[in-house]
Amino acid sequence: MSDETNAQEASPVAAAPEEPGVSAVRLFMTLAVAGAMAGLLIVMVNQFTQPRIIAYKAKMLKLAVTEVLQGPARYDTLYLIDGALTPDLPAGLKPEKQKAIYVGYTEAGEIKGIAIARGESGFQDVVMLIFGIDPATQGLTGMKILASKETPGLGDKIYKDLDFVQQFFEGPTVPLLGVKIGAGDGAPNEIDMITGATISSRAVIRIINNAVTEWEPFFENLDKKPVAARGETK
Amino acid sequence: MSDQSLFTIFLSAAVINNFTLAMFLGLCPFMGVSARVETAVRMGMANIFVLLITSICAWGLNTFVLEQAPFLRVISFIIVIASLVQIVEMAIKKLSPTLFRQLGIYLPLITTNCAILGLAMFQTSRNYDFLQGIAFALGAGAGLTLALVLMASIRETSELSDIPAMAKGTGLVLIIAGSLSLAFMGFAGLLSGS
Amino acid sequence: MRTTTPKEDFTRGIWRENPVFLQMLGLCPALAVTNTVENAIAMGLATFFVLFCSSLLVSSCKSFIPHEVRISTYILIIATFVTLADMVLEAVVPEVHKELGAFIALIVVNCMILGRQEAFASKKPVGRSLLDATGTGIGFLIAMLMMGGFREVLGMGTFLGFELFGPSYEPWVVMILPAGGFLTLGFIMLGFGYYEQRKIAKAKEMSDVEGRVTS
Repeated sequence: MSDETNAQEASPVAAAPEEPGVSAVRLFMTLAVAGAMAGLLIVMVNQFTQPRIIAYKAKMLKLAVTEVLQGPARYDTLYLIDGALTPDLPAGLKPEKQKAIYVGYTEAGEIKGIAIARGESGFQDVVMLIFGIDPATQGLTGMKILASKETPGLGDKIYKDLDFVQQFFEGPTVPLLGVKIGAGDGAPNEIDMITGATISSRAVIRIINNAVTEWEPFFENLDKKPVAARGETK
Repeated sequence: MSDQSLFTIFLSAAVINNFTLAMFLGLCPFMGVSARVETAVRMGMANIFVLLITSICAWGLNTFVLEQAPFLRVISFIIVIASLVQIVEMAIKKLSPTLFRQLGIYLPLITTNCAILGLAMFQTSRNYDFLQGIAFALGAGAGLTLALVLMASIRETSELSDIPAMAKGTGLVLIIAGSLSLAFMGFAGLLSGS
Repeated sequence: MRTTTPKEDFTRGIWRENPVFLQMLGLCPALAVTNTVENAIAMGLATFFVLFCSSLLVSSCKSFIPHEVRISTYILIIATFVTLADMVLEAVVPEVHKELGAFIALIVVNCMILGRQEAFASKKPVGRSLLDATGTGIGFLIAMLMMGGFREVLGMGTFLGFELFGPSYEPWVVMILPAGGFLTLGFIMLGFGYYEQRKIAKAKEMSDVEGRVTS
């Protein structure tokens, strides 16, 4: 702190000639020096914090993918570039700005499931979730809400009501169909909705169905083997 | 994620997640200049105008400048907003003295209005593109104006009623705002359809 | 301006001129992120940090900042510390950072901070400014805690995540919704109004009594 204070004290004085009024040069110099100091300080702190932030985000993503795919041996991130999936991100593109899916593989190197993240309007604001689907059986392997502002006590049951969440881990098939508790006839694609949070439950189901519709064309042509040299897990 | 349609974004910003009543942005004018409906409308107009320009600038900054240095975002946004309001003020003064007389005193107030910086920050964190940003700004502005005008009309009416001395001033405004916010909760679920 | 003692500089902001309840400054964060005590504390501490550092820098450099560009310089200084607070929070407590989201950046436009720079730090010596900043920061933290406490206890039946009333308590959900923020602050303001009225009434009574005695 004291270094910076000294520097800021020293520079404007040196830059401004002795004169009674305040010259435009001095005004400009003050702002320029203050701006330079600010930038320098921010960049310095950024050097320390940035790696931790990136590491945390990567860790959370990995946890989420692992959870919804029920523990794949490894998974690859495939980016959607020009209408085709590729594990290689062209230079200059930021990974977080691209649409991507995560393909999980078993120990034997077979596709275990595909994790897809998607956000759409819920009851209050956008609901972000990630879910896993097994392309062979069209059954879900898991679902996790990443971010939502649904009403506390009602809509937030979509991630607090474990009975509701558990259903998505038990392999319901797509397209999902929401039914009132007890009203279903046991079809494999039925999800019991939460009493008092019907709209939020429907939003979850709609988001998953829409995501499957969007990505389904790619399921056919997926590489059956993981990108061995570039594996991102383990 | 920015898969939302323009209309969804507009409606969400205007009523469901109303900037003032649900996100508490732009409270200073909400408390300060909501005594008369006429001033409230003008303040709202000035806000829409600045929000719109801010959205465009924030998009430009995000796309062309800040891609490499996202950690300088706050600092560059606030500098741009502060200078923008000054430039807009000078431009309006020159181009349309009538408009300037109407908006004049409200423009400088807008710099410290958290709705403006809030718009820029939310637009960034939600990855809106150019058109989505415009829809977001228009929705936010419409929402602010709506809240201001509603508040002003309630306050104009309540001036004539017999209010206990202890509730005069901020207390009353806040309770009314709370009731309005409750009413706006009714808009939730508007977009999830089905 | 009346001269103040260092003790007054410190205590003034804590209660008698509390930034939120009595000066109505910094309302945006006081309403937006006080739905739980944890968020309220994180926001209060971040604001405290920004206020303290900005006051330190502004009051120690005040003679080198030309009057014409002082506001821009203050905003620049404040924005720097806000960015630092933002990055440090994200690296150290990512969960809390996610909850507070864009509202951390909005500390920049918290009128309370700019107001203290303009009204105090730019005129007084470093020590006094730090006392003032500490007092105001504590006052803000107290206000945030009161709001957060009311809202979390009523709205969720918990305090800092600990169950208070047992499973039979039906939470008053509206208190943690946006409307609850307005209502909580509204009721606190009503309390202050009531107190003021009582004081005025008492003072009047006293002067009436005194008047009768002297006559």
